[in-house]
Amino acid sequence: MLSSILSTGFAVGAIYALIAVTYNVMFSASRVMSFTAGQIGMLGGVFGAWFILRLHLPIVAGFALTLLACAGIGVLTEIVAVRPVMAGLEKHLYVLSTLALALMMQQFTAIEWSTEPQPFPRIVGGGFWALDQKFWLPMVACAVVILGLELVYRRTLVGRAFLAIAEDNYAARALGLPERNLRIASFALAGAIAGLAGFAGGQLLLASIANGPMLNFYGFVPVALGGLGNNRGAIAGGLLLGLFQQAANFLLGGVLVSVAVFVAFIVVLMAAPQGLFGAPPIRRV
Amino acid sequence: MRSRLTALPYALIFAAAAAVPLVRDDYLVLIATRAAVYWVLVSGLNLVVGFAGQLAIGWVSLLTIGAYTTSIMVARGWLGALPALGVAGVAGALGGVLVGLSALRLRTFYFAMTTLGFATIVTQVALAWTGVTGGGIGIAGPTLPAPLDTQTGFYFFCLALAALCTWMTLNIAESRFGRALVGLRDVEVAAEAMGISKTHLLVTVFLFSGALAAVAGGLFATLQSYITPDAFTFDLSVLFFIAILIGGRGSVLGPLFGAILLTILPEFAAPLVAWSTFLYAALLLVIVIALPGGIADLLDQRRRRELPKDRLVVPRPDLVPSLIMRQLERPAMILSGVRLSFGGVHAIDGLDLVLRPGEVHGLIGPNGSGKTTTLNVISGFYAPQNGAVRIGDIPLPSGAQTRASLGIARTFQTPRAIGDASVLENVMIGGTIEGRASFAECMLALPRHRRDEAALRMQAERCLRIVGLEALADERADRLQHSELRFTEIARALMLCPAFLLLDEPAAGLSADEITRLGALIKAVGVAGCGVLLVEHHADLIFDICDRVTVLNLGRELAAGTPSEIRAHREVVSAYLGG
Repeated sequence: MLSSILSTGFAVGAIYALIAVTYNVMFSASRVMSFTAGQIGMLGGVFGAWFILRLHLPIVAGFALTLLACAGIGVLTEIVAVRPVMAGLEKHLYVLSTLALALMMQQFTAIEWSTEPQPFPRIVGGGFWALDQKFWLPMVACAVVILGLELVYRRTLVGRAFLAIAEDNYAARALGLPERNLRIASFALAGAIAGLAGFAGGQLLLASIANGPMLNFYGFVPVALGGLGNNRGAIAGGLLLGLFQQAANFLLGGVLVSVAVFVAFIVVLMAAPQGLFGAPPIRRV
Repeated sequence: MRSRLTALPYALIFAAAAAVPLVRDDYLVLIATRAAVYWVLVSGLNLVVGFAGQLAIGWVSLLTIGAYTTSIMVARGWLGALPALGVAGVAGALGGVLVGLSALRLRTFYFAMTTLGFATIVTQVALAWTGVTGGGIGIAGPTLPAPLDTQTGFYFFCLALAALCTWMTLNIAESRFGRALVGLRDVEVAAEAMGISKTHLLVTVFLFSGALAAVAGGLFATLQSYITPDAFTFDLSVLFFIAILIGGRGSVLGPLFGAILLTILPEFAAPLVAWSTFLYAALLLVIVIALPGGIADLLDQRRRRELPKDRLVVPRPDLVPSLIMRQLERPAMILSGVRLSFGGVHAIDGLDLVLRPGEVHGLIGPNGSGKTTTLNVISGFYAPQNGAVRIGDIPLPSGAQTRASLGIARTFQTPRAIGDASVLENVMIGGTIEGRASFAECMLALPRHRRDEAALRMQAERCLRIVGLEALADERADRLQHSELRFTEIARALMLCPAFLLLDEPAAGLSADEITRLGALIKAVGVAGCGVLLVEHHADLIFDICDRVTVLNLGRELAAGTPSEIRAHREVVSAYLGG
């Protein structure tokens, strides 16, 4: 039982963590929380199943195409739902524009793909219970992403430019950083990360449109708890959430799990709206 | 007062709706019933989304609660269908507050997510609580007693409720509560300074719209005749939410159009039914990007009306005594040893200041010397870490929304006006706390509410005359020039007949002539017995009209005295005035 809680909990948690990182990467570049984060995660699974099982592409090609397609949808989010709103006066309308785009993605997939969960291909053969692909692949993906991001952000010039924009958009632009291109790149990166999450978690979650709203919510919980833009908080929060959910699943069972997660989410947020690791902002009058 | 002309579109819509059964097409009546039921919910949600600006995208949860409450009550034989609808209303009100409480702390995306999460939870509970809800198998919807049990009877019942909801929400929209909600949406900080309590107001509105949503849920269950959790998809939430945004925020007519449009649209394009949610979403995207004001903005004639080009704001200081006549022998406002730092920055570092009734007190100093912070401490946005602000011997309570009832009014460095409200409404909002009628009285347009409105309107017209803007009273505030907005804000502050008036750089951006006229107005307000604290950079204005001047530097008092003393003060001249 414990091993099952741990293996499933960490695997699901890693997927949540990756979606949380997706939210963060988009937020850092644009100050926008996008409802498309979870939907791109869903599409990662759908594209994977489509390329590999329906179009019979080799796994490597299917994987590469999935990431590419998801990066493209990340860029689409930026162009369609973020840029026009940022140009206007009422910037908080991004909530609505990204919601609209996310709904369009979900409906389109429902009609053109399927409303029922579809099987996702096996990527790596062999393995038994905890060593099965569906348990370790999300963890590996999560580790690769977090290490990769740290490396890019700390060691490369482009990564530092990302950080500069996240820190102070105006100052970065005044310094001559190509803010728009960097934002597009950020959204492409975010899309690829979400796609990776969906692909790595495909065996666990299947290729189903129901994953879109589900990942939107459970991927947001670690962001809210860990503090916006805080990737370490997001990873820790995601893994904790996965474990909590699986433990609650065993102890309480069924529907009470989501109730428990929701209640915990609300209670923590009401007590600390900036997240457990975020600093409260000074109120501007 | 609502004019006949504004009531006309509603009359036409409901007359057309009442004529629908004449066509003798059962399916058409069904769709019209559905539109009426949806509108009962949307009309209430409109106050939350369109007026208060809260992004409640998961409102289907309250429809679900209402539908199940009614069905269970009736199926178990506990209550008749009509009393069960009432119980559902109470349950919905409680549910609405439960969702709404999170809006008090969480903003935009966070709150939207919370409502979404709540909607998911409600559906899952309905699915899992098999013993009560019938789980996935479902439960029969209630049947209303005769004569409401026929299709037409039920339709007219729903239509009557829809009309009632339209009337009630219109009443609220045009009351001080409606204006205060829009104030919280667009100019939250200013609304607080006017004494509007966000908590109180939002809880009330969430109660109201939760109750309407649940009643709509009961009707929905009757209409469906059998309900399962599948009936309450997120698509419904989307429909409700988008109907409001397409209609336009801050309007009742627009969302009414929106709700009707979205209900009937898929019916007339059968092949599109599967794509309906996709189309709604696409519509939402287009609206948000291209027409954030929605249908209501298209219908708004005031957007196109030509305004005179060379308009002058000519205040009438001579009228001030007709508004404010205060005794000069009142306690003064006293700041003693006020200290406030942000991190390592000492914004105010031990400030003493006395603001006497009947005096214009200038507060000057270089940028970053703590002038605006001082105003924010007085108006309760920041609590001082040391020292106190008192009126006479009584320390001011904490919280910005307590200031208006103490007679403290203020303006802001950048004018904060509600763009799509008229100038008159913008000014009326300043007197929100003067209203006596409760939310329920406003909703039902009872006499006390009408008296409130008449009094507020008269007071606002008087204030606009004093600042010289009466000619623009009916224009949208977003069409005004900068200087006009500044005078609008002063008019709004005058609504309270304030004992103390705090002005934050009222002359910034004004022409020389306008500054002279502004000076005369401020002077008159002081003479009438109001204590005016004036933060300004225009030294001439300060020295012309102030009785007393305090100069700040780095959060401390550099000098204080009469204008002539300050003008001769060596340090002030070298540090700030130059010369």
